[in-house]
Amino acid sequence: MLKYILRRILTIPLLLLGVASVAFMLSQMTKGDPLAALVPERMMSDPAVVAAIKAQWGLDEPLPVRYVYYMGNLLRGDMGTSFTTRRPVSTDIAERLPATLELVVAAMIVGTVVGMGIGLVSARFRNTAIDGAGRGFALLGSSVPIFWSGLILLYIFSVRLKWTPGTGRLDARTQPPEGITGFYTIDAALAADWPVFVQALSHLLLPALVLGWSVTGIVARLVRSSLLESLGQDYIRTARAKGAPEHRVLLGHALPNALIPVLTVLGFTFAYLITGAVLTEAIFSWPGIGSYAVSSARSLDYPAIGGVTIVGATAFLLANLVTDLAYAWANPRIKLQ
Amino acid sequence: MTAPLLEVTGLTTTFGTGGKRASAVRGLDFTLEPGKVLGIVGESGSGKSVAMMSMLQLLAPSAKVTGSAIYKGRDLITMGPRDIRKIRGKEIGCIFQDPLSAFNPVKTIGHQIVEAILLHDSKISKRAATEHATSLLADVAIPQPGERLGQYPHEFSGGMRQRAMIAMALANGPNLLIADEPTTALDVTVQAQILDLLRKLTEERGIATILITHDLGVVAGMADEIMVMYAGRVVERGSAEAIFYDTRHPYTRGLIAAMPKLDGPGEILRAIEGTPPSIWTRPPGCSFAPRCSFAIEACRTTEPGLRRVGETETACMRAEELDKGMPA
Repeated sequence: MLKYILRRILTIPLLLLGVASVAFMLSQMTKGDPLAALVPERMMSDPAVVAAIKAQWGLDEPLPVRYVYYMGNLLRGDMGTSFTTRRPVSTDIAERLPATLELVVAAMIVGTVVGMGIGLVSARFRNTAIDGAGRGFALLGSSVPIFWSGLILLYIFSVRLKWTPGTGRLDARTQPPEGITGFYTIDAALAADWPVFVQALSHLLLPALVLGWSVTGIVARLVRSSLLESLGQDYIRTARAKGAPEHRVLLGHALPNALIPVLTVLGFTFAYLITGAVLTEAIFSWPGIGSYAVSSARSLDYPAIGGVTIVGATAFLLANLVTDLAYAWANPRIKLQ
Repeated sequence: MTAPLLEVTGLTTTFGTGGKRASAVRGLDFTLEPGKVLGIVGESGSGKSVAMMSMLQLLAPSAKVTGSAIYKGRDLITMGPRDIRKIRGKEIGCIFQDPLSAFNPVKTIGHQIVEAILLHDSKISKRAATEHATSLLADVAIPQPGERLGQYPHEFSGGMRQRAMIAMALANGPNLLIADEPTTALDVTVQAQILDLLRKLTEERGIATILITHDLGVVAGMADEIMVMYAGRVVERGSAEAIFYDTRHPYTRGLIAAMPKLDGPGEILRAIEGTPPSIWTRPPGCSFAPRCSFAIEACRTTEPGLRRVGETETACMRAEELDKGMPA
């Protein structure tokens, strides 16, 4: 088992090099000019300045040479300097990734807990009004666009009711807590700084609910259908024939089998949200990877695009590994080797 | 005559929604005395499993069950969910056809047997339940029972799985065992072992058994009484001996003729032509008439009831004419 995990982890850097190559090629092939971000507009007409800046950023070299430089730097752990922020891409990412992770983890918790709850209740009371309400809520979650639900909730709870604070991770004047995780809630709790903890949590609440609602939709519908399939199996009849009460049949026998397909989707969704929570981040001014990805793509900031791609790919590879491990844990018929 | 353990009267099960309903079991009557073995024989779809599942309220909510099944003075059909749960697995144990799908694939065999014990005994410790489970596996002749408890169903062979299923059904010392096609999914060589084991355990413990099968050979050596079911009704019943040697019903004859004979010269197996009617398109009159080579006009209009003819009770209006020796 340990050998299997090690082998999988060792293949990750190789895969990432491939992903980085593809990302490099694709972004170079994209129409557009990164110079717009690099050269101040009024100096665009001065060829000498443009040439100097091109040389400074290495954009005057032919593509293959730039590719070799880029990959060489990557191998040394250097993702380059962002054209727009003028800072190392790794610094940008290190600053923004925890924000996204905190948001996505919170959303996954909301989505998994609520989604499983709805799925269970829907399956237990299938084809009743309760089931209909649960399925309706789930369907809304996966079909209402986040830019709409986010804005509406923000308007209701922050602007009208003033129950939740505005956008961002903390109030404007609050100093972010020091800490190693970069999750403001956890860092504040570790430092026993409770006012900041409460503030960070209240800032996190609304974006996590909005993003979590969309996850809820996916999870609830999958749990429901997967449970109903399990409930039709012979071992369910056996459990009932043993005298097991219905809640035990559902939680003890149907659910463990129904969770197997759910695990795959959870892993995939988590990885997807690392770079895919753009809308939520934009609406709640959340300084995460998603908004970084959009701004770097807009200005053809090659190093930043490469960095975001690597982060996204890593998320997928790790999530896949964790999913496979969870799969083997949930399903004893699978042996990893 | 001792008091019956189970007395079933007019058991009828219908499926369907709204106005469109069809009956899978139509007016089943029988009694079972303690320690006796009743064989229920019939093709797939004859209603034999549905009848047993109806008694334990194990069918989907779309099934409607009427009639009564008095077990130890209480009607199983009208019992509330809490009461029927106390009967299931405690008073009445069940063995199902395919032990691979009947065990939960993601739980160990031990977990599932221990669960069966704990469900009906809140006072027993988990450790004692595990010990009990180990001894149960030993009773059904599974080698290294202690280790086997920690294994998953897919790590058992088919025969071993069915042994474990028997152990689980016997876990709480039931008075009645319902074995629904217990050997159908198994190799022929394993079938005989499982039947021997079932017979031995039920005899030793004085457990009454309802053995459901489509294979007359399975009930031949085990059943005290045999009921032959066709299209939701009993078409013939009698002692095992009477059914085999004095059958009056063309369907039973067909079943007997369809059994491969291992002694004697090889011959072509005789099958009953056609297939049983679907519960939605059952013909008027005797349900077997379309497949029966003895059917006369009256058979297609009037459905005959059970009546005693010779050694058996039979539901065939030409039973008297179909004396022994007449070809099926």
